[in-house]
Amino acid sequence: MMDAGRHPNITLLTWSEVEAVSGYVGNFSVRVRKKARYVNEELCTGCGTCQEKCPMKVLDTVFEAGMGKRKVIYRPFGQAIPNIPVIDKEHCTFFLKGKCKACEKFCAAKAIDFTQQDQMLDLQVGTIIVATGFALWDPKHLSQYSYGKSPNIITGEQFERLSNAGGPTSGEILLADGRKPEKVAIIHCIGSRDHNAHAYCSRICCMYALKHAHLVRDKTGAEVFEFYMDMRTYGKGYEEFYERVQEEGVTMVRGRGASVDVLPDGKLLVKGEDANLGRLVTADVDMVVLCTAVEAQPDADRVGALFGLSRSADGFFAEAHPKLRPVETNTDGVFLAGCAQGPRDVPDTVAHAGAAAAMAIGLLDRGKVTISPTTAKVIQEDCVGCGDCIPVCPYTAISRVDGAHKGIFAKAEVNAALCKGCGTCVATCPAGAIQALHFTDEQIVAQIEGVLAWA
Amino acid sequence: MGVEFEPKIVAFMCNWCTYAGADNAGVARLESPANVLPIRVMCSGRISPEMVLRAFRSGADGVLVMGCHLGDCHYSAGNHRTLKRVPLVRNLLGYVGVNPERLELFWVSASEAPRFVQVTKAFTQKIRELGPFAQEVTA
Repeated sequence: MMDAGRHPNITLLTWSEVEAVSGYVGNFSVRVRKKARYVNEELCTGCGTCQEKCPMKVLDTVFEAGMGKRKVIYRPFGQAIPNIPVIDKEHCTFFLKGKCKACEKFCAAKAIDFTQQDQMLDLQVGTIIVATGFALWDPKHLSQYSYGKSPNIITGEQFERLSNAGGPTSGEILLADGRKPEKVAIIHCIGSRDHNAHAYCSRICCMYALKHAHLVRDKTGAEVFEFYMDMRTYGKGYEEFYERVQEEGVTMVRGRGASVDVLPDGKLLVKGEDANLGRLVTADVDMVVLCTAVEAQPDADRVGALFGLSRSADGFFAEAHPKLRPVETNTDGVFLAGCAQGPRDVPDTVAHAGAAAAMAIGLLDRGKVTISPTTAKVIQEDCVGCGDCIPVCPYTAISRVDGAHKGIFAKAEVNAALCKGCGTCVATCPAGAIQALHFTDEQIVAQIEGVLAWA
Repeated sequence: MGVEFEPKIVAFMCNWCTYAGADNAGVARLESPANVLPIRVMCSGRISPEMVLRAFRSGADGVLVMGCHLGDCHYSAGNHRTLKRVPLVRNLLGYVGVNPERLELFWVSASEAPRFVQVTKAFTQKIRELGPFAQEVTA
């Protein structure tokens, strides 16, 4: 992050959203809404005084995953780049009630600007990398796990905050009442590999669940039960880590955790099946960690439409080929990186992102693109100038060109740089005067006759 | 009739959705009927009525036109043209005494390999029951 922020050739537009994309590979026009931060980026020194002085605190559901609070003028997390805070307009006392301005009063750099407006930026870019990441599935959808009914039933992400030195307990793994847990259950595949939720494997959960088990053993010495279906420790050094966690005394239960019940004394009863023993097992524990599924971002639909991306059945953006072109998309010049394309762990994401950057730079460096030879061509002698082809073209690649005939009688011509070769105009032309190169009428008819003669 | 009638079906598939879907069906080792003879075009909008009639004239017993779902067209709206053309050709077939059921339009996306198999199997079975095209037009 820091390296990207400091690089002279990288402009970071945070707190911004892409509103519209037009053009084609090498010549994209992107309209970005740079949302108002209410902090002048030129003046702000990032000292953090405003955050200290702001009197309003709200629950942080993003970085702290609901485990902690943040101020209303805030940076999303300590190492956030750029080191410039933003005012949460929905909760700011000044925006709600018209007074306060504590941040403005204490800002030595005079950087607070309550009058700031959203800015529209029009960018001309050659290539686009879509790296919009993922969302975590809400375990409330499966009520048998009682998520939300006890503060000691938490998600893997919340556990991450709990064990983080910068988190709400300064890194101590504690129950909601401040006691140390004596027994902890970790349940895999919450929403993954489940036809009631997502059929796919989220790939990252087995490894972080093992890490959580290790942390619990290390920090509290509590007894840990891992309810897993299959242990998918497929990466370099991963299987070795699995063995190490087993040696640390974690109880592995092979079988999906079926339910979690909150007992009257606040303890949690986990029921599941041990498929190896072939019988039902129960465990009464103090804390339950649910390893929730990785899923596509909730706005993937809108983002996909913006960049002309299709989505695979699992909801993630579809790559051009599942095995051979995992970085490219079907839109030339648009690449995918990371979990926007599918669940993957950190090393895989780094590799994917590196590949996307290399492909994007390679394309820009060449300065030329090879366009597909499948374009449409007007046979001038046959064209009667009716113009039927012009409105059907989805790329506005056809226009009338004045020659021997002028104005509304002029003949049609195809701009090969804009034409993508769909052939809709070819099928429309009543005079048969447009041919799709490599998909001409003769070629298709020859194919029809060929397949039928052979069958 | 010792041997059961096996129809010949010409299937026009768009390059971006259905052809990729059929490819994925193969990758996934899903079985689809060998009666379906694929012809790749860039967009289902490329299929002119003449192409469908040509296929019948050249000996096809059924014709499938397959493309991206509405709204998913790689070329934004090519399949909207297809949506208008296919019913027109079906009417025309009925007018000249051919069962319009011999021509069908399906949307199959690149990720719908199982749907590709299901659609082609069902269509093949339907044409198998309708019998040979030649029998219908000479009768």
